[in-house]
Amino acid sequence: MSRLFPYPLLVVSLVITWLMLAGFSLNQFLLGLITALIAALGLAALSPVKPRFRRWDLLPKLFAIVFYDIVRSNIAVAGIILHGGKRIGKSSFMAIPLDLRDPTGLAILAVIITSTPGTAWIDYNSTRSILILHIFDLVDKTAWLNLIKNRYEYLLREIFE
Amino acid sequence: MNQASDLPLWAALLIAIFLLIGAGLTLIGSFGLYRLRSFYDRIHAPTLGTSWGTAGIVIASIVYFSVVESRLILHHLLIGAFVTVTTPVTLILLSRAALYRDRAENGPDIPLLEPPNNPSEVSSTEKESADSHNNTHTIEK
Repeated sequence: MSRLFPYPLLVVSLVITWLMLAGFSLNQFLLGLITALIAALGLAALSPVKPRFRRWDLLPKLFAIVFYDIVRSNIAVAGIILHGGKRIGKSSFMAIPLDLRDPTGLAILAVIITSTPGTAWIDYNSTRSILILHIFDLVDKTAWLNLIKNRYEYLLREIFE
Repeated sequence: MNQASDLPLWAALLIAIFLLIGAGLTLIGSFGLYRLRSFYDRIHAPTLGTSWGTAGIVIASIVYFSVVESRLILHHLLIGAFVTVTTPVTLILLSRAALYRDRAENGPDIPLLEPPNNPSEVSSTEKESADSHNNTHTIEK
């Protein structure tokens, strides 16, 4: 079963993508399914790390938090740019030691941090697990540390580790 | 595009609002890219376009085509999903390249490759606090 169907999550998302693009019908479903299965076999040849979700139920919570933060920081960064780059804090680098080790979790953290305006993922040192961020408007370092560690990393560790 | 005039008022308003939000944020982001001074400040500006800039336009286009074709059309969501997932790849690539160059040139305020280990650069108290669990030490010059 697992040899024939190595990446169920990938197959399901590919079929959904296919149906969204080609229209929902039985023919398209079968065609999409065949394509997805071949693609999954192709991926299996590369044997990438398989993501392991331990707590599915926390995903909606993570999405809600990230959605809210992206809206908030969009308004904040747009405001700063419209005021000609004047801000309360200053833009600065910040090093954050991470406890999260799971590659999928780190990838999702990278997506969260880069899609939130105002924070940019600059560098991650995997041997020392230190993440270097660039913060657009840095006022309080502990507040940012709290945000990354307690708001995102905690949830991601719950989900993946 | 002829159907645009037949849209019900609520749909026209909703589409206009989201289209303006999306286009406006993308414009502000591009303006920021032009106006801001340092490279690291500049990488923040285009993320406006890749987050709510994209989302606003995608939502507007979903509403428009769903109303015009009288069925739920969702494949625009894929645009948003792929933009969100692929942005970090280019952004991290660019920022790491910039960091590499700035480190090589010993630019100001650049975080070091390794937090200083040798005693000549860091006092013992700083070293201890760096070892504690919630250390935040940004390496500033």
